[in-house]
Amino acid sequence: MKIKKKDIEYVANLSRIELSEIEKETFVHQLNDILSYIEKLNRLNTETVKPMSCAIDVTNIFREDIVEPSISLEDTQLNAPAIKGVFFKVPKVIE
Amino acid sequence: MRLSEYTALQIKKKIISREIRPIDLVEHFIKRIKDIDHDIQAYLTINEEETIKKAAQIQKKIENGENVGILAGIPIGIKDNICTKGLHTTCASKILENFIPPYDAFVVKRLKEEDAIILGKTNLDEFAMGSSTENSSFKITRNPWNSDYVPGGSSGGSAAAIAADLSILALGSDTGGSVRQPAAFCGVVGVKPTYGRVSRFGLIAFGSSLDQIGTLTRDVKDAAILLQVIAGHDLRDSTSMQVPVPDYLNEIDSGVHGLRIGIPKEYFDAGLNEDVHNALKNALRMYEQFGAKVVEISLPHTEFAVAVYYIVANAEASSNLARYDGVRYGYRTSKPNGIIDMYCHTRSEGFGNEVKRRIMLGNYALSSGYYDAYYLKASKVRNLIKNDFDVAFQNVDCIICPTSPVPGFKIGERAKNPLEMYLSDIYTIPANLTGIPGISVPCGFSKEGLPIGMQILGKHFEEKKLLQIAYAFERETDFHMKKPVLKWSTD
Amino acid sequence: MEYEVVVGLETHAELATVTKLFCGCSTKFGIEPNTQVCPVCLGMPGVLPVMNKKAFDYALKAAIALNCKIDEFTNFDRKSYYYPDLPKNYQISQNYYNLGADGYMDIHVNGLVSRIRIHNVHLEEEAGKLIHPEEVGADYSLVDFNRAGVPLLEIVSYPDMRNVDEVESYMQTLKKILLYTEVSDCKMQEGSLRFEASISLRKKGSEKLGNRVEIKNLNSMKSVLRALEYETKRQTDSLGRGETIDRETRLWDEVNEKSARMRSKEEAQDYRYFPEPDLLPVLVDRKWIAEIKETIPELPLAKKQRFMEVFKLSDYDTSLLVEEKVLADLFEDCIKILDRPKVFCNWIANDLLREVNEKKLDIHQLPVRPKQLAALVEMIEKGTISSTIAKEVFSEMILTGNDPQVIVEEKKLTQINDEGFIGAVIAKIISSNPSAIEDYKKGKKNALVFLVGQVMKETKGKANPKMVNELLQKKID
Ligand SMILES: [Mg+2]
Ligand SMILES: [Zn+2]
Repeated sequence: MKIKKKDIEYVANLSRIELSEIEKETFVHQLNDILSYIEKLNRLNTETVKPMSCAIDVTNIFREDIVEPSISLEDTQLNAPAIKGVFFKVPKVIE
Repeated sequence: MRLSEYTALQIKKKIISREIRPIDLVEHFIKRIKDIDHDIQAYLTINEEETIKKAAQIQKKIENGENVGILAGIPIGIKDNICTKGLHTTCASKILENFIPPYDAFVVKRLKEEDAIILGKTNLDEFAMGSSTENSSFKITRNPWNSDYVPGGSSGGSAAAIAADLSILALGSDTGGSVRQPAAFCGVVGVKPTYGRVSRFGLIAFGSSLDQIGTLTRDVKDAAILLQVIAGHDLRDSTSMQVPVPDYLNEIDSGVHGLRIGIPKEYFDAGLNEDVHNALKNALRMYEQFGAKVVEISLPHTEFAVAVYYIVANAEASSNLARYDGVRYGYRTSKPNGIIDMYCHTRSEGFGNEVKRRIMLGNYALSSGYYDAYYLKASKVRNLIKNDFDVAFQNVDCIICPTSPVPGFKIGERAKNPLEMYLSDIYTIPANLTGIPGISVPCGFSKEGLPIGMQILGKHFEEKKLLQIAYAFERETDFHMKKPVLKWSTD
Repeated sequence: MEYEVVVGLETHAELATVTKLFCGCSTKFGIEPNTQVCPVCLGMPGVLPVMNKKAFDYALKAAIALNCKIDEFTNFDRKSYYYPDLPKNYQISQNYYNLGADGYMDIHVNGLVSRIRIHNVHLEEEAGKLIHPEEVGADYSLVDFNRAGVPLLEIVSYPDMRNVDEVESYMQTLKKILLYTEVSDCKMQEGSLRFEASISLRKKGSEKLGNRVEIKNLNSMKSVLRALEYETKRQTDSLGRGETIDRETRLWDEVNEKSARMRSKEEAQDYRYFPEPDLLPVLVDRKWIAEIKETIPELPLAKKQRFMEVFKLSDYDTSLLVEEKVLADLFEDCIKILDRPKVFCNWIANDLLREVNEKKLDIHQLPVRPKQLAALVEMIEKGTISSTIAKEVFSEMILTGNDPQVIVEEKKLTQINDEGFIGAVIAKIISSNPSAIEDYKKGKKNALVFLVGQVMKETKGKANPKMVNELLQKKID
């Protein structure tokens, strides 16, 4: 499977990353290198293998439904790039 | 002996006996950092004011005969992807350049409870994505043993700080070898604990199923004492395990007599550097002399580990890094033209190339139509790799191999070829995929005078045994005592 | 050409936990924006989720109540999309495994029962809230994260509904089940119960489904029904003109009562689901399921059928009784004290509901106890009070929670059964209303009713009406 420029553009959009034309070219090459290396996984037959998404074998970890204090508005907004009153402010969102 | 050269255990005795005052100790370190860190670039932030305040408090406690924590007055450097309340935590990324966490990571809380002193925040590859600390947005950390070389990564700042005596203890994080490999490159001890041994709460995520906070120290006993403090269950991390934390120092000198050490044949192939190979052969000979039995084992799926890692780690990373959008914290582009434009420009301007490349790769592997071929496939092969280790550990107590196939590389040497960079993590990645603990200890030097690391891998939650095995080697050798000659130093 | 409408519904219900799904922040509604947040629900760097046990139990309870199969193994996934109210830009949800699957819910439409299959029930986290300022030309939006992380139950039906009546019944029945099981407060005005519809048309008799259109932004059950009517017409017209229906997502415009395209299938979101590495799988064993089953009460439809059979009540009355679990419970508790099903049914389904509507009372806060309602009925039967007075007493009871005996005592409302006293009042009324007597004698029966009314008025309604009638008749005949 060879990645093309339009694939890079599709993934860049999914990633919300803006790329220059030069960057797109570079990424086409670099990702293709990496993906062709990854191709080696296809040499393995994994039909009956269960996927592993966690390195430990534990289940059913819960917390109780008990209220804990929230943080102060000051801490909430401490790092905010833009606020208006108690709100976070963002460019207009059109549905 | 210079004040900055002591280990934590040595200095602890002197502090408690009031031979050394914490305030003098930390002032010594701050001065040393000011004098020489512009050449090494290990630190991103020096916590000067707080450090002095805290040292004075601890000193008072000691003078008053009050109880103090087990790391009382001992300075520690924290990798800058671990959250420290009120102290900048940047992940070496422009996107978090001004980020001040409103909370402490679990490990930081533990350190404070034990009266350790947070000296500063250390440099790393941006979001811990790299093996050289060249990918920091702010500075390139240099290997104290040779300034033309990388210190390894991504915990390069922490490793260099220990090697150059810019801190006594340090924390790093290890997603594919990021504690062990820089430990090897800088000639210090690095421990990656079992996944779930140390809470990840407050560790800024890279690959969530692989990340683990680890220690960087001058010797094995310091690793034991630091791990003692940060290990243990945390209710805020679902993957943190409720397994009792043993006393790591107790019985650390019980030796290796009768232990079976596995040597994976796949790890000693043609790609291995000759100096590294020789250092390992020497170390294994010593272990045999100590009474251990060295046996050859096989980990047949070794060659697939890097491929699996780069899918799993980057898939998780692409999702973990989606939150940096300029809405609630962090960098935001100026004058965005609408919300999507804000996202795209914030992220393009805020992230470096390596980070972008990994986000792209991760999103590609998860995207519609490719999930099965990449992510799911990798998750299955991950299980095969885990199975290799399960089988191996039925016959051996630990596995010994090089930490890195090479003793180090020059700054800029591998930056142009991402794939080659990724491949240098071949020996460290499997421990992250399987969650097992690993430790890297100094075991020699290359012809160029660069340190070489030996890696010891063990079963889940057998850190104590690993520390014993490592200490058995350390107490008979002096590799860990060697100091780099900082020719640029005024010290 | 005749078309058949095919509708499926996706329901989101906020669960009635006191804390969020992954952190200890309160879920209270209507609190000052961005004050019920913490690093976890703000998606700050370094934080991790830990699952609320109660939320999981509630989701399990709902899944069981909806007859879902519960697999032993379940897990959570990340669903990625960018939106400013989604703190991590992924939602922790379920995709590869669902908590419950392949269930069903029976609904009643025009006396017939139909079975609507449930595709799956799963647990996920709520997003925050976007506020669009009213001011003209404002180039910004505001975000409040108080709701972000509130536990959300998603219930996905199969496209088994064929008309708006079924859709309405589905929504009502589902709401009732969620209320009966107490997993959600279902307050639509607070957004804790929301619906999204998908609709397609197909030729009558055809098995093949047409292209599906999803409709979002439906703020009430009414808008769901209106939007479906609109969409049915739009698609019918379109097909009539020989056009094809695009697979798309449309937004309902409540004000203008029409929908508009939001995105087409080509622009469909690529959610990149993968297992959430920060949470561990959950194994649900039989014991756990049995424990949850214990907590599920008799559900509305079953209750209704039982009431009709056992108490011989009407379809209409029983639907009113089971509408709210508190009413059905009150009814049954009363019956246990005094075996008068029809009488209690009337009091609850008629009088109580009327009072509640007129005085805008909260049905869950009524202070009246079963013992008190039973006492009231007994007082009527014993003739202590008249049924007219009883209504007055009742409306006081449901406001104050006082015993009927106390109210009757305090207001001196005991029925007057004293023949002598009543006779005297009658005499007085007769003498002061000669024209009415004349009218009566001329054959105007209404005049008697008037005279009885006058007597009742004079005795402030306390005179035994039966006795008044008899005595009056005797006197003037
Ligand atoms: Mg959903
Ligand atoms: Zn919260």
